[in-house]
Amino acid sequence: MTIPFEKEATRVAFGKELLELGRNNPDIVVLGGDLNKSTNANLFGNEFPSRFFDFGPAEQNIMSVAAGLASTGLIPVVTTFAVFGLCRPFDQIRVGIAQANLNVKIVCTHAGITAGEDGASAHGIEDIALACALPGFTVLAPSDSVETVQALRAAIKMPGPFYIRLYRSASPVIHKSDYRFKLGQTDLLRNGNEVTIFASGIMCSIALEAAEELRHQNIECRVVNIHTLAPADEDAIIRAADTGAVVSVEEHYRHGGLASILAQIFARKLPVPMEVVALDGYAESGKADDLLAKYRLDVPDVVAAVKRVLKRKQSY
Amino acid sequence: MNSLKREHPAIMPLEVESLETVSKELRRDIVSMTHRAASGHPGGSLSEIDILTALYFNVLNIDPENPYWSDRDRFVLSKAHACPGLYAVLSRRGFFPHEELATFRKIDSRLQGHAHTKTPGVEMSGGSLGQGLSFGVGLALGARLRTQVWDTWVLIGDGECDEGQIWEAAMSASHYGLSNLKAIVDRNRIQNDRTTDEVMKLEPLVDKWRAFGWKVFEVDGHAMSDTLAILHRTAQEKSGPVVVIAHTVKGKGVSFMENNPAFHGAAPNDQELMQALRELD
Repeated sequence: MTIPFEKEATRVAFGKELLELGRNNPDIVVLGGDLNKSTNANLFGNEFPSRFFDFGPAEQNIMSVAAGLASTGLIPVVTTFAVFGLCRPFDQIRVGIAQANLNVKIVCTHAGITAGEDGASAHGIEDIALACALPGFTVLAPSDSVETVQALRAAIKMPGPFYIRLYRSASPVIHKSDYRFKLGQTDLLRNGNEVTIFASGIMCSIALEAAEELRHQNIECRVVNIHTLAPADEDAIIRAADTGAVVSVEEHYRHGGLASILAQIFARKLPVPMEVVALDGYAESGKADDLLAKYRLDVPDVVAAVKRVLKRKQSY
Repeated sequence: MNSLKREHPAIMPLEVESLETVSKELRRDIVSMTHRAASGHPGGSLSEIDILTALYFNVLNIDPENPYWSDRDRFVLSKAHACPGLYAVLSRRGFFPHEELATFRKIDSRLQGHAHTKTPGVEMSGGSLGQGLSFGVGLALGARLRTQVWDTWVLIGDGECDEGQIWEAAMSASHYGLSNLKAIVDRNRIQNDRTTDEVMKLEPLVDKWRAFGWKVFEVDGHAMSDTLAILHRTAQEKSGPVVVIAHTVKGKGVSFMENNPAFHGAAPNDQELMQALRELD
Protein backbone atom coordinates (compact mmCIF):
# COMPACT_ATOMS: atom_id res chain seq x y z
CA MET A 1 0.00 0.00 0.00
CA THR A 2 1.43 3.33 -0.99
CA ILE A 3 -1.11 5.70 0.56
CA PRO A 4 -0.81 5.92 4.36
CA PHE A 5 -4.50 5.63 5.33
CA GLU A 6 -5.63 5.26 8.92
CA LYS A 7 -7.82 2.21 9.44
CA GLU A 8 -11.14 1.72 11.20
CA ALA A 9 -13.87 -0.88 10.71
CA THR A 10 -17.13 0.55 9.40
CA ARG A 11 -19.03 -1.62 11.89
CA VAL A 12 -17.24 0.09 14.77
CA ALA A 13 -18.15 3.55 13.50
CA PHE A 14 -21.72 2.33 13.02
CA GLY A 15 -22.07 1.12 16.60
CA LYS A 16 -20.83 4.42 18.04
CA GLU A 17 -23.02 6.56 15.80
CA LEU A 18 -26.10 4.42 16.41
CA LEU A 19 -25.69 5.05 20.12
CA GLU A 20 -25.23 8.78 19.49
CA LEU A 21 -28.37 8.92 17.31
CA GLY A 22 -30.28 6.94 19.91
CA ARG A 23 -29.46 9.55 22.52
CA ASN A 24 -31.07 12.24 20.41
CA ASN A 25 -34.00 10.35 18.90
CA PRO A 26 -36.22 8.31 21.23
CA ASP A 27 -38.04 6.79 18.22
CA ILE A 28 -35.02 4.72 17.23
CA VAL A 29 -35.32 1.06 18.24
CA VAL A 30 -32.72 -1.57 17.46
CA LEU A 31 -33.29 -5.22 16.59
CA GLY A 32 -30.57 -7.85 16.47
CA GLY A 33 -30.11 -11.57 16.04
CA ASP A 34 -27.58 -12.76 18.61
CA LEU A 35 -24.69 -11.04 16.82
CA ASN A 36 -24.87 -7.77 18.67
CA LYS A 37 -21.31 -7.88 19.95
CA SER A 38 -20.03 -8.29 16.39
CA THR A 39 -22.26 -5.64 14.82
CA ASN A 40 -21.59 -3.29 17.78
CA ALA A 41 -25.33 -2.85 18.28
CA ASN A 42 -24.61 -3.75 21.91
CA LEU A 43 -23.38 -0.19 22.49
CA PHE A 44 -26.95 0.97 21.90
CA GLY A 45 -28.44 -2.00 23.74
CA ASN A 46 -26.42 -1.41 26.88
CA GLU A 47 -27.57 2.20 27.19
CA PHE A 48 -31.15 1.71 25.96
CA PRO A 49 -32.23 -1.81 26.97
CA SER A 50 -35.93 -0.96 26.63
CA ARG A 51 -35.44 0.05 22.97
CA PHE A 52 -33.24 -2.91 22.08
CA PHE A 53 -34.59 -6.31 21.09
CA ASP A 54 -32.59 -9.46 20.56
CA PHE A 55 -34.62 -12.13 18.79
CA GLY A 56 -31.88 -14.72 18.51
CA PRO A 57 -30.96 -16.05 15.08
CA ALA A 58 -34.54 -15.83 13.78
CA GLU A 59 -34.11 -13.33 10.97
CA GLN A 60 -37.48 -13.94 9.34
CA ASN A 61 -39.21 -13.00 12.57
CA ILE A 62 -36.90 -10.00 13.03
CA MET A 63 -37.75 -8.45 9.68
CA SER A 64 -41.51 -8.83 10.12
CA VAL A 65 -41.32 -7.52 13.71
CA ALA A 66 -39.44 -4.51 12.35
CA ALA A 67 -42.29 -3.93 9.91
CA GLY A 68 -44.77 -3.98 12.78
CA LEU A 69 -42.67 -1.53 14.83
CA ALA A 70 -42.33 0.81 11.86
CA SER A 71 -46.09 0.72 11.42
CA THR A 72 -46.42 2.34 14.88
CA GLY A 73 -44.19 5.24 13.85
CA LEU A 74 -40.96 4.04 15.46
CA ILE A 75 -37.71 3.79 13.45
CA PRO A 76 -36.45 0.22 13.65
CA VAL A 77 -32.79 -0.40 12.81
CA VAL A 78 -32.16 -4.10 12.11
CA THR A 79 -28.56 -5.18 12.47
CA THR A 80 -26.97 -8.51 11.66
CA PHE A 81 -24.54 -9.95 9.11
CA ALA A 82 -25.22 -9.40 5.39
CA VAL A 83 -25.88 -13.08 4.73
CA PHE A 84 -28.44 -13.28 7.53
CA GLY A 85 -29.99 -9.87 6.93
CA LEU A 86 -30.62 -10.11 3.20
CA CYS A 87 -30.31 -13.70 1.98
CA ARG A 88 -32.24 -15.46 4.75
CA PRO A 89 -35.29 -13.19 5.21
CA PHE A 90 -35.64 -11.81 1.68
CA ASP A 91 -39.32 -12.70 1.42
CA GLN A 92 -40.10 -11.01 4.74
CA ILE A 93 -38.33 -7.85 3.55
CA ARG A 94 -40.09 -8.01 0.20
CA VAL A 95 -43.68 -8.44 1.36
CA GLY A 96 -43.68 -6.85 4.81
CA ILE A 97 -41.29 -3.92 4.32
CA ALA A 98 -40.79 -3.12 0.61
CA GLN A 99 -44.36 -3.67 -0.59
CA ALA A 100 -45.75 -1.67 2.32
CA ASN A 101 -42.93 0.93 1.95
CA LEU A 102 -42.20 0.91 5.68
CA ASN A 103 -39.53 2.94 7.44
CA VAL A 104 -37.13 0.11 8.33
CA LYS A 105 -33.35 0.52 8.24
CA ILE A 106 -31.44 -2.70 7.60
CA VAL A 107 -27.75 -2.25 8.43
CA CYS A 108 -25.64 -5.32 7.78
CA THR A 109 -22.02 -5.84 8.72
CA HIS A 110 -19.63 -8.58 7.55
CA ALA A 111 -20.52 -8.08 3.88
CA GLY A 112 -18.35 -9.45 1.11
CA ILE A 113 -15.41 -11.83 1.18
CA THR A 114 -13.53 -9.65 3.68
CA ALA A 115 -15.71 -11.32 6.33
CA GLY A 116 -12.79 -13.71 5.90
CA GLU A 117 -12.13 -16.89 7.82
CA ASP A 118 -15.79 -17.91 8.29
CA GLY A 119 -15.87 -18.95 4.65
CA ALA A 120 -18.30 -18.87 1.75
CA SER A 121 -21.51 -19.30 3.77
CA ALA A 122 -20.63 -16.13 5.70
CA HIS A 123 -19.57 -14.05 2.67
CA GLY A 124 -22.46 -11.85 1.59
CA ILE A 125 -21.62 -11.38 -2.08
CA GLU A 126 -25.25 -11.19 -3.28
CA ASP A 127 -26.62 -8.61 -0.83
CA ILE A 128 -26.48 -5.58 -3.13
CA ALA A 129 -28.24 -7.53 -5.89
CA LEU A 130 -30.98 -8.54 -3.47
CA ALA A 131 -31.39 -5.07 -1.94
CA CYS A 132 -31.41 -3.37 -5.35
CA ALA A 133 -34.10 -5.82 -6.48
CA LEU A 134 -36.50 -4.29 -3.93
CA PRO A 135 -38.47 -1.37 -5.42
CA GLY A 136 -38.38 1.66 -3.13
CA PHE A 137 -35.29 0.66 -1.18
CA THR A 138 -32.40 3.09 -0.86
CA VAL A 139 -29.17 1.07 -0.97
CA LEU A 140 -25.96 2.51 0.48
CA ALA A 141 -22.42 1.11 0.51
CA PRO A 142 -20.28 3.55 2.50
CA SER A 143 -16.59 3.53 1.62
CA ASP A 144 -15.16 4.11 5.08
CA SER A 145 -15.98 4.88 8.70
CA VAL A 146 -16.41 8.63 8.12
CA GLU A 147 -18.97 8.01 5.40
CA THR A 148 -20.68 5.27 7.43
CA VAL A 149 -21.50 7.72 10.20
CA GLN A 150 -23.05 10.23 7.81
CA ALA A 151 -24.85 7.58 5.75
CA LEU A 152 -26.50 6.28 8.91
CA ARG A 153 -27.58 9.78 9.92
CA ALA A 154 -29.05 10.37 6.47
CA ALA A 155 -30.91 7.06 6.53
CA ILE A 156 -32.48 7.81 9.90
CA LYS A 157 -33.49 11.28 8.74
CA MET A 158 -35.12 10.17 5.48
CA PRO A 159 -38.35 8.13 5.70
CA GLY A 160 -38.45 4.87 3.79
CA PRO A 161 -36.68 1.51 3.71
CA PHE A 162 -32.86 1.46 3.56
CA TYR A 163 -30.14 -1.13 3.23
CA ILE A 164 -26.66 -0.14 4.39
CA ARG A 165 -23.73 -2.45 3.66
CA LEU A 166 -20.86 -2.54 6.15
CA TYR A 167 -17.77 -4.64 6.75
CA ARG A 168 -16.04 -6.68 9.38
CA SER A 169 -12.40 -5.76 8.83
CA ALA A 170 -10.66 -2.52 9.71
CA SER A 171 -10.50 -0.64 6.42
CA PRO A 172 -8.76 2.53 5.20
CA VAL A 173 -10.33 5.85 6.15
CA ILE A 174 -10.26 7.70 2.84
CA HIS A 175 -12.33 10.74 3.83
CA LYS A 176 -11.27 13.64 6.01
CA SER A 177 -13.43 14.52 8.98
CA ASP A 178 -14.89 17.56 7.16
CA TYR A 179 -16.32 15.34 4.39
CA ARG A 180 -19.99 15.96 3.60
CA PHE A 181 -21.90 12.87 2.44
CA LYS A 182 -24.67 13.68 -0.02
CA LEU A 183 -27.34 10.98 -0.17
CA GLY A 184 -28.26 10.00 -3.72
CA GLN A 185 -25.24 11.66 -5.30
CA THR A 186 -21.71 10.56 -6.21
CA ASP A 187 -18.42 11.41 -4.53
CA LEU A 188 -15.39 12.39 -6.63
CA LEU A 189 -12.34 10.97 -4.83
CA ARG A 190 -9.68 11.84 -7.39
CA ASN A 191 -9.68 13.62 -10.72
CA GLY A 192 -8.14 12.39 -13.92
CA ASN A 193 -8.97 12.47 -17.62
CA GLU A 194 -8.05 9.12 -19.16
CA VAL A 195 -10.15 6.51 -17.34
CA THR A 196 -12.97 6.68 -14.79
CA ILE A 197 -12.90 4.10 -12.01
CA PHE A 198 -16.29 3.73 -10.30
CA ALA A 199 -15.94 1.95 -6.97
CA SER A 200 -18.16 1.19 -4.02
CA GLY A 201 -17.57 0.31 -0.38
CA ILE A 202 -14.12 -0.64 0.79
CA MET A 203 -13.03 -1.07 -2.85
CA CYS A 204 -12.76 2.72 -3.07
CA SER A 205 -9.45 2.64 -1.22
CA ILE A 206 -8.14 -0.07 -3.52
CA ALA A 207 -9.22 2.00 -6.52
CA LEU A 208 -7.31 4.98 -5.09
CA GLU A 209 -4.21 2.84 -4.59
CA ALA A 210 -4.47 1.64 -8.19
CA ALA A 211 -4.88 5.22 -9.44
CA GLU A 212 -1.77 6.26 -7.54
CA GLU A 213 0.22 3.42 -9.04
CA LEU A 214 -1.06 4.24 -12.54
CA ARG A 215 -0.04 7.89 -12.12
CA HIS A 216 3.56 6.68 -11.90
CA GLN A 217 2.95 5.04 -15.27
CA ASN A 218 1.59 8.34 -16.64
CA ILE A 219 -2.04 7.20 -16.69
CA GLU A 220 -4.40 9.66 -15.00
CA CYS A 221 -7.49 8.03 -13.48
CA ARG A 222 -10.63 9.65 -12.13
CA VAL A 223 -11.98 7.76 -9.10
CA VAL A 224 -15.67 8.10 -8.20
CA ASN A 225 -17.23 6.64 -5.08
CA ILE A 226 -20.72 5.27 -5.72
CA HIS A 227 -22.00 5.21 -2.14
CA THR A 228 -25.64 5.33 -3.21
CA LEU A 229 -26.32 2.30 -5.40
CA ALA A 230 -30.09 2.74 -5.49
CA PRO A 231 -31.37 5.10 -6.63
CA ALA A 232 -28.15 5.77 -8.54
CA ASP A 233 -27.34 9.33 -9.63
CA GLU A 234 -27.51 8.60 -13.36
CA ASP A 235 -26.70 12.13 -14.53
CA ALA A 236 -23.61 12.40 -12.34
CA ILE A 237 -22.45 8.95 -13.44
CA ILE A 238 -22.85 9.89 -17.11
CA ARG A 239 -20.91 13.13 -16.56
CA ALA A 240 -18.15 11.30 -14.68
CA ALA A 241 -17.76 8.83 -17.56
CA ASP A 242 -16.72 11.54 -20.04
CA THR A 243 -13.17 10.16 -19.96
CA GLY A 244 -14.53 7.64 -22.49
CA ALA A 245 -13.35 4.57 -20.56
CA VAL A 246 -14.83 3.03 -17.42
CA VAL A 247 -13.79 0.44 -14.83
CA SER A 248 -16.27 -0.82 -12.22
CA VAL A 249 -14.78 -2.06 -8.93
CA GLU A 250 -16.79 -3.84 -6.23
CA GLU A 251 -16.47 -6.55 -3.62
CA HIS A 252 -19.66 -8.35 -4.74
CA TYR A 253 -20.68 -10.95 -7.27
CA ARG A 254 -20.42 -9.53 -10.78
CA HIS A 255 -24.15 -9.90 -11.38
CA GLY A 256 -26.58 -7.51 -9.72
CA GLY A 257 -24.11 -5.13 -8.11
CA LEU A 258 -22.29 -1.96 -9.16
CA ALA A 259 -21.25 -3.34 -12.57
CA SER A 260 -24.84 -4.24 -13.44
CA ILE A 261 -26.10 -0.84 -12.28
CA LEU A 262 -23.48 1.04 -14.33
CA ALA A 263 -23.88 -1.17 -17.41
CA GLN A 264 -27.61 -0.50 -17.47
CA ILE A 265 -27.03 3.26 -17.31
CA PHE A 266 -24.30 3.29 -19.98
CA ALA A 267 -26.18 0.97 -22.33
CA ARG A 268 -29.17 3.31 -22.29
CA LYS A 269 -27.47 6.68 -22.16
CA LEU A 270 -23.79 6.62 -23.05
CA PRO A 271 -22.25 3.51 -24.61
CA VAL A 272 -18.68 3.40 -23.32
CA PRO A 273 -16.08 0.63 -23.02
CA MET A 274 -16.24 -0.81 -19.51
CA GLU A 275 -14.20 -3.39 -17.60
CA VAL A 276 -15.34 -5.07 -14.41
CA VAL A 277 -13.45 -5.97 -11.24
CA ALA A 278 -15.81 -8.15 -9.19
CA LEU A 279 -16.23 -11.68 -7.92
CA ASP A 280 -16.77 -14.53 -10.35
CA GLY A 281 -18.13 -16.89 -7.73
CA TYR A 282 -17.94 -17.98 -4.11
CA ALA A 283 -14.66 -17.69 -2.23
CA GLU A 284 -13.31 -19.65 0.75
CA SER A 285 -11.92 -19.23 4.26
CA GLY A 286 -8.86 -17.03 4.66
CA LYS A 287 -7.59 -13.65 5.74
CA ALA A 288 -9.32 -10.70 4.13
CA ASP A 289 -6.22 -9.42 2.32
CA ASP A 290 -5.30 -12.88 1.07
CA LEU A 291 -8.83 -13.38 -0.25
CA LEU A 292 -8.85 -10.03 -2.06
CA ALA A 293 -5.59 -11.01 -3.76
CA LYS A 294 -6.60 -14.58 -4.65
CA TYR A 295 -10.03 -13.59 -5.93
CA ARG A 296 -8.64 -10.73 -8.02
CA LEU A 297 -10.00 -7.76 -6.19
CA ASP A 298 -6.67 -6.18 -5.39
CA VAL A 299 -4.66 -3.23 -6.67
CA PRO A 300 -2.96 -5.17 -9.52
CA ASP A 301 -6.38 -6.35 -10.73
CA VAL A 302 -7.68 -2.80 -10.94
CA VAL A 303 -4.49 -1.67 -12.67
CA ALA A 304 -4.85 -4.46 -15.23
CA ALA A 305 -8.53 -3.60 -15.82
CA VAL A 306 -7.62 0.05 -16.43
CA LYS A 307 -5.04 -0.99 -19.03
CA ARG A 308 -7.52 -3.29 -20.74
CA VAL A 309 -10.14 -0.59 -21.00
CA LEU A 310 -7.60 1.95 -22.28
CA LYS A 311 -6.77 -0.39 -25.15
CA ARG A 312 -10.44 -0.70 -25.99
CA LYS A 313 -10.86 3.06 -25.73
CA GLN A 314 -8.18 3.60 -28.35
CA SER A 315 -9.96 1.33 -30.84
CA TYR A 316 -13.48 2.41 -29.88
CA MET B 1 -55.08 -1.48 31.46
CA ASN B 2 -58.38 -2.14 29.76
CA SER B 3 -60.11 0.45 31.90
CA LEU B 4 -57.67 3.08 30.66
CA LYS B 5 -58.71 2.45 27.12
CA ARG B 6 -60.11 5.41 25.29
CA GLU B 7 -63.34 4.15 23.81
CA HIS B 8 -64.23 5.95 20.65
CA PRO B 9 -67.66 7.58 20.89
CA ALA B 10 -68.70 6.22 17.49
CA ILE B 11 -68.54 2.63 18.71
CA MET B 12 -71.90 0.98 19.17
CA PRO B 13 -71.21 -2.71 19.72
CA LEU B 14 -73.74 -5.06 18.13
CA GLU B 15 -75.22 -7.90 20.16
CA VAL B 16 -75.32 -11.57 19.21
CA GLU B 17 -78.48 -11.66 17.12
CA SER B 18 -77.44 -8.66 15.04
CA LEU B 19 -73.95 -10.07 14.61
CA GLU B 20 -75.44 -13.27 13.19
CA THR B 21 -77.50 -11.26 10.73
CA VAL B 22 -74.47 -9.22 9.68
CA SER B 23 -72.23 -12.26 9.23
CA LYS B 24 -74.80 -13.83 6.92
CA GLU B 25 -74.79 -10.66 4.80
CA LEU B 26 -71.00 -10.73 4.74
CA ARG B 27 -71.08 -14.36 3.54
CA ARG B 28 -73.20 -13.17 0.62
CA ASP B 29 -70.60 -10.47 -0.08
CA ILE B 30 -67.79 -13.06 -0.02
CA VAL B 31 -69.36 -15.40 -2.56
CA SER B 32 -70.49 -12.48 -4.73
CA MET B 33 -67.13 -10.73 -4.84
CA THR B 34 -65.14 -13.88 -5.56
CA HIS B 35 -67.68 -14.83 -8.24
CA ARG B 36 -67.35 -11.44 -9.87
CA ALA B 37 -63.55 -11.61 -9.70
CA ALA B 38 -63.69 -15.20 -11.01
CA SER B 39 -60.89 -15.95 -8.54
CA GLY B 40 -60.02 -15.54 -4.88
CA HIS B 41 -60.34 -17.51 -1.67
CA PRO B 42 -63.93 -18.03 -0.48
CA GLY B 43 -63.35 -21.13 1.71
CA GLY B 44 -61.16 -19.51 4.37
CA SER B 45 -63.13 -16.28 4.15
CA LEU B 46 -66.31 -18.13 5.06
CA SER B 47 -64.61 -19.95 7.94
CA GLU B 48 -63.24 -16.73 9.49
CA ILE B 49 -66.20 -14.42 8.92
CA ASP B 50 -68.07 -15.00 12.19
CA ILE B 51 -64.88 -14.18 14.10
CA LEU B 52 -64.26 -11.05 12.01
CA THR B 53 -67.86 -9.95 12.50
CA ALA B 54 -67.56 -10.28 16.27
CA LEU B 55 -64.25 -8.42 16.28
CA TYR B 56 -65.24 -5.53 14.01
CA PHE B 57 -68.79 -5.01 15.25
CA ASN B 58 -68.21 -5.57 18.95
CA VAL B 59 -64.68 -6.13 20.25
CA LEU B 60 -62.21 -3.89 18.41
CA ASN B 61 -61.80 -0.28 19.40
CA ILE B 62 -61.79 1.33 15.96
CA ASP B 63 -63.13 4.36 14.12
CA PRO B 64 -63.90 3.89 10.41
CA GLU B 65 -64.15 7.68 10.03
CA ASN B 66 -60.59 7.95 11.24
CA PRO B 67 -58.92 4.70 10.18
CA TYR B 68 -55.43 5.77 11.30
CA TRP B 69 -56.50 6.99 14.76
CA SER B 70 -53.39 6.33 16.87
CA ASP B 71 -55.16 4.57 19.75
CA ARG B 72 -57.12 2.11 17.61
CA ASP B 73 -56.80 -1.61 18.14
CA ARG B 74 -54.80 -3.21 15.34
CA PHE B 75 -56.05 -6.23 13.43
CA VAL B 76 -53.66 -8.17 11.17
CA LEU B 77 -54.97 -10.75 8.71
CA SER B 78 -51.95 -13.01 8.52
CA LYS B 79 -53.81 -15.43 6.21
CA ALA B 80 -53.96 -12.53 3.76
CA HIS B 81 -55.47 -14.63 0.97
CA ALA B 82 -58.72 -14.69 2.99
CA CYS B 83 -59.08 -10.95 2.34
CA PRO B 84 -62.59 -11.22 0.81
CA GLY B 85 -63.80 -11.76 4.39
CA LEU B 86 -61.80 -8.79 5.64
CA TYR B 87 -62.91 -6.49 2.79
CA ALA B 88 -66.52 -7.47 3.34
CA VAL B 89 -66.36 -6.59 7.06
CA LEU B 90 -64.35 -3.40 6.51
CA SER B 91 -66.79 -2.07 3.93
CA ARG B 92 -69.81 -3.00 6.06
CA ARG B 93 -68.13 -1.24 8.99
CA GLY B 94 -67.71 1.89 6.85
CA PHE B 95 -64.00 1.94 5.98
CA PHE B 96 -64.86 2.24 2.27
CA PRO B 97 -68.00 2.11 0.11
CA HIS B 98 -69.77 -1.22 -0.23
CA GLU B 99 -69.85 -0.85 -4.04
CA GLU B 100 -66.07 -1.02 -4.03
CA LEU B 101 -66.25 -4.76 -3.27
CA ALA B 102 -67.13 -5.21 -6.96
CA THR B 103 -63.61 -4.04 -7.86
CA PHE B 104 -61.90 -6.84 -5.89
CA ARG B 105 -58.88 -8.22 -7.82
CA LYS B 106 -59.56 -5.87 -10.75
CA ILE B 107 -57.09 -3.38 -12.18
CA ASP B 108 -56.95 0.06 -10.48
CA SER B 109 -58.74 -1.32 -7.38
CA ARG B 110 -57.71 -0.70 -3.78
CA LEU B 111 -58.82 -4.27 -3.04
CA GLN B 112 -55.85 -6.44 -3.93
CA GLY B 113 -55.84 -10.23 -4.30
CA HIS B 114 -54.00 -10.44 -0.99
CA ALA B 115 -54.45 -7.89 1.79
CA HIS B 116 -52.32 -4.78 1.20
CA THR B 117 -51.98 -1.54 3.12
CA LYS B 118 -53.43 0.46 0.23
CA THR B 119 -56.89 -0.56 1.48
CA PRO B 120 -58.28 1.65 4.27
CA GLY B 121 -58.36 -0.45 7.45
CA VAL B 122 -55.73 -2.95 6.35
CA GLU B 123 -52.86 -2.54 8.81
CA MET B 124 -50.12 -4.66 7.23
CA SER B 125 -49.39 -6.11 3.79
CA GLY B 126 -49.38 -9.87 3.54
CA GLY B 127 -49.69 -12.67 1.06
CA SER B 128 -46.70 -14.79 1.97
CA LEU B 129 -47.78 -16.98 4.87
CA GLY B 130 -46.32 -16.92 8.35
CA GLN B 131 -45.49 -13.23 8.68
CA GLY B 132 -48.54 -11.77 10.43
CA LEU B 133 -47.82 -12.96 13.95
CA SER B 134 -44.39 -11.32 13.73
CA PHE B 135 -46.05 -8.10 12.54
CA GLY B 136 -48.20 -8.44 15.64
CA VAL B 137 -45.13 -8.81 17.87
CA GLY B 138 -43.75 -5.59 16.38
CA LEU B 139 -47.04 -3.73 16.78
CA ALA B 140 -47.42 -4.91 20.37
CA LEU B 141 -43.85 -3.91 21.24
CA GLY B 142 -44.49 -0.56 19.57
CA ALA B 143 -47.62 0.02 21.65
CA ARG B 144 -45.71 -0.81 24.81
CA LEU B 145 -42.81 1.52 23.95
CA ARG B 146 -45.19 4.34 23.11
CA THR B 147 -47.15 3.59 26.30
CA GLN B 148 -50.32 3.30 24.28
CA VAL B 149 -53.13 1.10 25.47
CA TRP B 150 -54.43 -0.54 22.34
CA ASP B 151 -54.32 -4.27 21.58
CA THR B 152 -53.06 -6.13 18.54
CA TRP B 153 -55.10 -9.02 17.14
CA VAL B 154 -53.72 -11.43 14.56
CA LEU B 155 -55.76 -14.01 12.68
CA ILE B 156 -53.68 -16.89 11.36
CA GLY B 157 -54.66 -19.95 9.38
CA ASP B 158 -54.15 -23.46 10.64
CA GLY B 159 -52.31 -24.50 7.47
CA GLU B 160 -50.24 -21.36 8.00
CA CYS B 161 -48.92 -22.90 11.23
CA ASP B 162 -46.73 -25.08 8.96
CA GLU B 163 -44.57 -21.96 8.54
CA GLY B 164 -41.61 -21.95 10.93
CA GLN B 165 -41.88 -18.19 11.36
CA ILE B 166 -45.16 -18.60 13.25
CA TRP B 167 -43.24 -20.40 15.95
CA GLU B 168 -40.36 -17.91 15.93
CA ALA B 169 -42.97 -15.23 16.55
CA ALA B 170 -44.79 -17.29 19.17
CA MET B 171 -41.55 -17.82 21.11
CA SER B 172 -40.66 -14.12 20.97
CA ALA B 173 -44.14 -12.98 22.06
CA SER B 174 -43.95 -14.96 25.28
CA HIS B 175 -40.26 -14.03 25.77
CA TYR B 176 -41.24 -10.37 25.73
CA GLY B 177 -44.41 -11.00 27.76
CA LEU B 178 -46.71 -9.38 25.23
CA SER B 179 -50.03 -9.31 27.06
CA ASN B 180 -51.33 -6.85 24.45
CA LEU B 181 -51.00 -9.44 21.67
CA LYS B 182 -53.98 -11.69 20.86
CA ALA B 183 -53.85 -14.42 18.23
CA ILE B 184 -56.67 -16.43 16.72
CA VAL B 185 -56.13 -19.63 14.74
CA ASP B 186 -58.84 -20.30 12.16
CA ARG B 187 -58.81 -24.06 12.69
CA ASN B 188 -60.81 -25.11 9.63
CA ARG B 189 -58.66 -28.22 9.08
CA ILE B 190 -58.27 -27.73 5.34
CA GLN B 191 -55.41 -26.03 3.52
CA ASN B 192 -54.77 -25.41 -0.16
CA ASP B 193 -54.42 -28.95 -1.43
CA ARG B 194 -55.84 -31.25 1.23
CA THR B 195 -56.70 -31.54 4.91
CA THR B 196 -54.18 -30.29 7.44
CA ASP B 197 -53.89 -33.84 8.77
CA GLU B 198 -52.86 -35.09 5.35
CA VAL B 199 -50.48 -32.25 4.48
CA MET B 200 -48.77 -31.72 7.84
CA LYS B 201 -50.09 -32.89 11.18
CA LEU B 202 -50.62 -29.99 13.58
CA GLU B 203 -51.95 -31.81 16.62
CA PRO B 204 -51.56 -31.49 19.51
CA LEU B 205 -52.00 -27.83 18.56
CA VAL B 206 -53.15 -26.61 21.97
CA ASP B 207 -50.13 -28.24 23.61
CA LYS B 208 -47.81 -26.65 21.07
CA TRP B 209 -49.04 -23.13 21.85
CA ARG B 210 -48.90 -23.81 25.58
CA ALA B 211 -45.35 -25.09 25.23
CA PHE B 212 -44.46 -21.80 23.53
CA GLY B 213 -45.72 -19.89 26.57
CA TRP B 214 -49.18 -18.86 25.42
CA LYS B 215 -52.48 -19.04 27.24
CA VAL B 216 -54.89 -21.00 25.05
CA PHE B 217 -58.67 -20.79 24.70
CA GLU B 218 -60.77 -22.93 22.38
CA VAL B 219 -64.12 -22.08 20.89
CA ASP B 220 -66.56 -23.06 18.17
CA GLY B 221 -65.79 -20.19 15.80
CA HIS B 222 -69.31 -20.23 14.36
CA ALA B 223 -71.20 -20.10 17.67
CA MET B 224 -71.55 -16.31 17.87
CA SER B 225 -72.40 -16.06 21.54
CA ASP B 226 -69.47 -18.27 22.59
CA THR B 227 -67.10 -16.59 20.14
CA LEU B 228 -68.01 -13.15 21.44
CA ALA B 229 -67.54 -14.26 25.03
CA ILE B 230 -64.13 -15.82 24.39
CA LEU B 231 -62.91 -12.80 22.43
CA HIS B 232 -63.82 -10.52 25.35
CA ARG B 233 -62.13 -12.86 27.77
CA THR B 234 -59.06 -12.81 25.52
CA ALA B 235 -59.11 -9.01 25.41
CA GLN B 236 -59.15 -8.85 29.19
CA GLU B 237 -56.37 -11.39 29.72
CA LYS B 238 -53.24 -9.56 30.89
CA SER B 239 -50.93 -12.37 31.97
CA GLY B 240 -49.19 -12.71 28.58
CA PRO B 241 -50.00 -13.53 24.97
CA VAL B 242 -53.26 -15.40 24.37
CA VAL B 243 -54.33 -17.53 21.44
CA VAL B 244 -57.84 -18.64 20.61
CA ILE B 245 -58.06 -21.87 18.65
CA ALA B 246 -61.32 -21.27 16.81
CA HIS B 247 -62.76 -24.52 15.49
CA THR B 248 -64.39 -23.64 12.20
CA VAL B 249 -65.63 -25.18 8.98
CA LYS B 250 -64.00 -24.27 5.69
CA GLY B 251 -66.64 -22.83 3.38
CA LYS B 252 -69.13 -22.53 6.27
CA GLY B 253 -72.66 -21.63 5.22
CA VAL B 254 -72.56 -22.91 1.64
CA SER B 255 -73.25 -26.64 1.49
CA PHE B 256 -71.07 -27.54 -1.47
CA MET B 257 -68.16 -25.42 -0.22
CA GLU B 258 -68.14 -26.82 3.30
CA ASN B 259 -65.09 -28.98 4.01
CA ASN B 260 -64.21 -28.87 0.33
CA PRO B 261 -60.55 -28.04 -0.46
CA ALA B 262 -61.61 -27.12 -4.02
CA PHE B 263 -63.00 -23.84 -2.70
CA HIS B 264 -59.87 -22.82 -0.81
CA GLY B 265 -58.71 -20.86 -3.82
CA ALA B 266 -61.45 -21.04 -6.43
CA ALA B 267 -64.48 -18.85 -7.04
CA PRO B 268 -68.05 -20.07 -7.55
CA ASN B 269 -69.33 -20.10 -11.13
CA ASP B 270 -72.71 -18.54 -12.11
CA GLN B 271 -74.75 -21.55 -11.11
CA GLU B 272 -72.83 -22.09 -7.87
CA LEU B 273 -73.30 -18.43 -6.98
CA MET B 274 -77.07 -18.70 -7.42
CA GLN B 275 -77.18 -21.74 -5.19
CA ALA B 276 -74.91 -20.16 -2.57
CA LEU B 277 -77.03 -17.02 -2.41
CA ARG B 278 -80.21 -19.13 -2.06
CA GLU B 279 -78.63 -20.98 0.86
CA LEU B 280 -77.54 -17.70 2.46
CA ASP B 281 -80.95 -16.04 2.06
